[in-house]
Amino acid sequence: MALKDQQLVDQDYRYGFRDETANYSFKSRKGIDHEIVEQISQMKNEPQWMRDFRHRSLDIFFAKPMPAWAKNEVLEAINFDDIYYYMRASDREGKTWEEVPEEIKRTFDRLGIPEAERKFLGGVTAQYDSEVVYHSIRKDLEAKGVLFSDMDAGLREHEDIVREHFATVIPPADNKFSALNSAVWSGGSFIWVPPGVHVDIPLQAYFRINAENMGQFERTLIIAEPGSFVHYIEGCTAPTYSSNSLHSAVVELIAKEGAHIRYTTIQNWYKNVYNLVTKRALAQKNAHVEWVDGNIGSKLTMKYPSVYLMGEGARGEVLSIAYASEGQHQDAGAKMVHAAPNTTSIITSKSVSKGGGRTSYRGLVKVYEGCEGVKSNVRCDALLMDPQSRSDTYPTMEVDAKDVRVEHEATVSKVGEEQLFYVMSRGLTEVEATTMIVNGFFEPFVKELPMEYAVELNRLIALEMEGSVG
Amino acid sequence: MADTILEIKDLHVKVGDNEIIRGIDLAIERGTVHALMGPNGSGKSTLSLVLMGHPKYAVTQGDIIYQGRSILVMPPNERSLAGIFLAFQYPSSVPGVSVGNFMRNTLMARHKGDAPLTPAKFKSLLDGAAAKLHIDPKVLGRYVNDGFSGGEKKRLEMLQMLVLQPTLAVLDETDSGLDIDALRIIAQGIEAQRSPEHAILLITHYQRILNYVKPDKVHVLVKGRIVKEGGPELAQELERTGYDPIIKELATV
Repeated sequence: MALKDQQLVDQDYRYGFRDETANYSFKSRKGIDHEIVEQISQMKNEPQWMRDFRHRSLDIFFAKPMPAWAKNEVLEAINFDDIYYYMRASDREGKTWEEVPEEIKRTFDRLGIPEAERKFLGGVTAQYDSEVVYHSIRKDLEAKGVLFSDMDAGLREHEDIVREHFATVIPPADNKFSALNSAVWSGGSFIWVPPGVHVDIPLQAYFRINAENMGQFERTLIIAEPGSFVHYIEGCTAPTYSSNSLHSAVVELIAKEGAHIRYTTIQNWYKNVYNLVTKRALAQKNAHVEWVDGNIGSKLTMKYPSVYLMGEGARGEVLSIAYASEGQHQDAGAKMVHAAPNTTSIITSKSVSKGGGRTSYRGLVKVYEGCEGVKSNVRCDALLMDPQSRSDTYPTMEVDAKDVRVEHEATVSKVGEEQLFYVMSRGLTEVEATTMIVNGFFEPFVKELPMEYAVELNRLIALEMEGSVG
Repeated sequence: MADTILEIKDLHVKVGDNEIIRGIDLAIERGTVHALMGPNGSGKSTLSLVLMGHPKYAVTQGDIIYQGRSILVMPPNERSLAGIFLAFQYPSSVPGVSVGNFMRNTLMARHKGDAPLTPAKFKSLLDGAAAKLHIDPKVLGRYVNDGFSGGEKKRLEMLQMLVLQPTLAVLDETDSGLDIDALRIIAQGIEAQRSPEHAILLITHYQRILNYVKPDKVHVLVKGRIVKEGGPELAQELERTGYDPIIKELATV
């Protein structure tokens, strides 16, 4: 069955295959109300406080309007009644790939996840629609006390840690989509790193939407205790469907004193997925949080990873790339909130628009009163591949302290005829030359990725260039 | 018999409505160095870009025959693979792409299908060429022409030529804007390229590079036409008199 379906693949998007959903162990009906929320919470057998939290969040979701500042007709077109909010393909989570149902395992095999796990990861969770279907962590990390599981298991097994931190960084009322996620969340990752422990190889989560009209609402919480380090990577893909899916995650990071969290995302959803994600980190004294955020796919992405610099000496960095081709809008950016003196932040945003695609940088740097010695540097570079494409920059600076250094620089450039001619004159075809120029533009981002991901990203760009240069 | 590599026949070139090349005939034989001289605005750079296939220039009449066949419809990359190389007067930068990576890609474009380019072979090619041009190996890790000085850009053009070993190298004012030491190094690079197998078209405004690289023939281009031809002595004459006498002579005809 799956093999036949695999032929329905979009030529330019190699992840567009799908599995049948007839055998799913549970599908909610379409639409969202308190009954659905109750059903999800019951199936998960959650404690009462979480059940209450979900219902409260749903009321907030109903009450909140769409973000007024967005004024985005693509966003307004979402039909919340036409979405499945919870689907479970399998009743159990595998500890080995053999335990994962055959069809689902085949999907992750094709995405290269088991291979990546063997080669260079310290742990993996693989989420398929609403639930995590596979999870592993390397024995030595487990022995050091590192907790890495899906969020539901985290709640079951470490309720005290979860209850202490959950929704403290992003409350349900933060925005309409964080409220929705809080009401219907399922899956995502839970990570707790004990004091002083360095997780020397990355932990990865892979998110796969399989069903049509699916809403995926994973919830991730990472807590790095004082002096610890962890690098977490997430990747995302979805099948080629003509109707839209919704991905709306909430990701909360807490870096305690002197801790360091690096969070890397390679988002490559198919071009029918709404990707509306709230990501925020708290950085305490001398902590360091890095968001390395790559947005290649989706129909509309709205995502502004934030760092709240709460303790003196904390550092926040966002390094992001966005690529938008026909029918895509990447509205991405970053927020740095300086709430303590001598904190520093760096935002580097690079975007490429092609074939009528649209990219926006939306950013905030806020420095509270009394936060002297703050340094912040924002740099946005946009590359336009043709006259139909568009790029905008919406930077906001709110500085209420003295003795701060806040810099902002933005450039927009075009792939010039001269540059293309120069590279072609050395023997490269137009596609090869364009690929080289775009990969070069993204290089500051790519060099921050583990090698395997860098290679994959360069390959993705090459595929995108082939699809359009003509 | 001289083996003609390049034959330009009655070439006319326009940019928009403006005719810049107005009937050029020029033949270059294997193993020779030709110098093309002329005042600013005479069409020298246009000719070099047309030879490489720049899309902005329209050939309205005549032909360019390279190794026996017309190349007018060939895109720049095919001309490059066929053995034509242009050292640009104003090379573009390619931010994010290191010189080493760039050169590997250009060589890989030539090794499609046949014997692969081993890392060891690539390294010895690149390091060898860099040494000839006194290029610091650190430069190979920098992004192509990104933040390069004028002199560094010219040397990088020469590096590419020595690595790619083109049959026909067209050097567009590679000598301009260089101090005397840099000029000497560039001249060494050109001499290293000179061989019985290769032909070189050296486009220059000034005679001084020709003190180091002796041309077999000199052509003088004025207002889109070749108005005078001769041996190396013609270049020396121009050094003494400048282009004015030739331009005046033309005006009185």
